[in-house]
Amino acid sequence: MEAFLFYTLAAILVTFAILTVTAHNPVRSAVYLISALLSVAGLFFLLRAEFVGAVQILVYVGGIMVLVLFVIMLVRVGEAERQPRASRRWKTAVALAVVLAVELGVLMVRGGASLQPSAVPRPAQTVGNTQAVGFMLYNDYLLAFEIASVLLLVALVGAVVLAKKEL
Amino acid sequence: MITTSHYLVLSLIVFTVGVVGVLTRRNVIIVFMSIELMLNAVNLNLVAFSDRLQDLAGQVFSVFVITVAAAEAAVGLGIVIALYRNRETVNVDEIDLMKW
Repeated sequence: MEAFLFYTLAAILVTFAILTVTAHNPVRSAVYLISALLSVAGLFFLLRAEFVGAVQILVYVGGIMVLVLFVIMLVRVGEAERQPRASRRWKTAVALAVVLAVELGVLMVRGGASLQPSAVPRPAQTVGNTQAVGFMLYNDYLLAFEIASVLLLVALVGAVVLAKKEL
Repeated sequence: MITTSHYLVLSLIVFTVGVVGVLTRRNVIIVFMSIELMLNAVNLNLVAFSDRLQDLAGQVFSVFVITVAAAEAAVGLGIVIALYRNRETVNVDEIDLMKW
């Protein structure tokens, strides 16, 4: 059952990822990306990371992608569509990406010995995933959490300053 | 049996697709969405290792990555709007003022 769910979600994810970067129309690209992000959330649920999966759906699909769709509608894309969609040096770019993939693959195969299924046994769950993540977030990572909240505030102010015509 | 390696290979594929999107597309919004794809591949790795090592730190870090991605989205799309207002274009080949 786990294998079936994994392969289904992985197939959806790879298909929609490829469609995202090849689609002509940016709106379609955004909708394909939403499907890809939802299947990533499904994979998080499969990995028993319920909190991260829920945050993925809420923040990515509910927040970021809605913002992207709004910007696509504010910016006139009709003109951009008429031009060739790939840059002139796309062959070099694809070659570079293949080199990167081979490099990562070699690293993965060489480190494969340490990835043999000797996984740590799953302890009996006493608290829920959200409770455990929240406990960790507010104890071990409290400073990072506060810095993240300041970062969000700075980004909020910065976005308003950038997008406003005149202050 | 699905192991961590399965998730690593999947994440490798998604990351490479994102790299191809960043390098080849000319529409700045699609470049931005390809970056989101790459961030998601990294998150998948973090959560896969969190499950393997039974250590929640990976999940906490992926929450932070999502936070930074949200901040990046706000600022990046603000820049796109400012750029479009001044240059009337979203084509990265025409945005070359700071290129040598």
